[in-house]
Amino acid sequence: MDGLDRFLNTFFNGAIFARYLPDMLAGVWVTIWLAAAVIALGLTLGLLLACLRSYGNRVVNLCIIVFADLGRALPPLVLILIMYFGLPGLGVRLSGPLVLILVLGFVLAAFAEEIFWAGLTSVARGQWEAGRATGLGFTQTLIHVALPQAIRLAIPPLVNRVLAISKMTALGSVIGVSEILAVASTAQSFTGSAAPLTMGAIAYVIVFLPLVILTRILEHRYAWKV
Amino acid sequence: MEDFIRLFLNVEVMLRTWPLLKQGLWMTAQLCAVVIGLGLVGGLFLSFLAMAKSRWLRWPAFVVIDVLRAVPPLVLLIFIYSGLPFAGLDISPFAAVAVAFFLNNSAYYAEIYRAGIQSIPAGQTEAARATGLTSAQAMAYVVLPQAVRNVLPDLLSNTVEVVKLTSLASVVSLAELLYSANMARSLTYNSSPLVMAALIYLAFLWPLVRLVSRYQRKLAV
Repeated sequence: MDGLDRFLNTFFNGAIFARYLPDMLAGVWVTIWLAAAVIALGLTLGLLLACLRSYGNRVVNLCIIVFADLGRALPPLVLILIMYFGLPGLGVRLSGPLVLILVLGFVLAAFAEEIFWAGLTSVARGQWEAGRATGLGFTQTLIHVALPQAIRLAIPPLVNRVLAISKMTALGSVIGVSEILAVASTAQSFTGSAAPLTMGAIAYVIVFLPLVILTRILEHRYAWKV
Repeated sequence: MEDFIRLFLNVEVMLRTWPLLKQGLWMTAQLCAVVIGLGLVGGLFLSFLAMAKSRWLRWPAFVVIDVLRAVPPLVLLIFIYSGLPFAGLDISPFAAVAVAFFLNNSAYYAEIYRAGIQSIPAGQTEAARATGLTSAQAMAYVVLPQAVRNVLPDLLSNTVEVVKLTSLASVVSLAELLYSANMARSLTYNSSPLVMAALIYLAFLWPLVRLVSRYQRKLAV
């Protein structure tokens, strides 16, 4: 049992858990508000871009497609390093949390735009025509007829993507944002124990498991309808 | 504007640091091969467990998949890289990255395989069994090929995510593309190597991202 005791003491040390609980709660709070800001920015911008794309202006659409492709093809950490370490050279100094929110918000917007757009293109053409025939303008048809249906189609893939990108707030630890992982790493080097890392992992499971379960519920509901 | 070009698009700096980035690119390629290969195999295995008849196999598989989906890959990586040595297991950065992302990706690939396999009607398996194939053969020769074809866009898009994910290896000082570029940045006091790394990622991933969009649009219609 000696080995097991040592294992528990290394990874699940109660005294260390208790000592770092307040710091960890502060980290959880930072992770939650960062994620909320990223989700708000990403979904709003993604929805706006998808709507803009439905007007069919060639130049505008090309810009939107390039934006969405860049956001989906570039690793977020590359963008974070460029913004955090590169921009100060031009005299633009952004704080760590701001860089994280901007980069992850843009990345989420890129994915969200593609998902909303896929939803919009799946709405049957007859729906548009019917909307226009009742005397609604293009924008009115978009908002009142097409968008509600598109958004419903978009929800399951969107929740998956929101989950994946909210988790990336852990990248903030690389640029000194004191979210869960940063708190855990700092505590680990102070205590010389792996327990804070376990604590951090548990904190992430507590914060994000509800979202994972939500994706499962949506998946079931979606499967029922089809 | 001149400052911008000097600091971000400096061709002279890019040429000077290219050898460093080339080594990094090679490491990234090796990482991708290992992580994608392990993930594809591990994911298939995990998806079989998640669809097993016995709930003693099925439920633990779902718990593992969901916990792995809830924990950010970087957290898993740091846990393995800095945590395991406390348990007396010294692990190289490459092995840590391989294990962490193998676990993370297996969960994602498993969900995709499961969706694909469950999209195949039971009649396919029954017909295959009726012709005398064993259930393993029916899975391998009849169900799986159709299942994989159905979820090819998702497999592809997850693979793009895996390639992007390998950039996190820079955090544990594994000299892959992003690490090399960041090192070059701090040596030259110039961000152009980072921009070059971004361009290299784009060169490989943009075509794949286009392909994913193409596929998905076709499915939507």
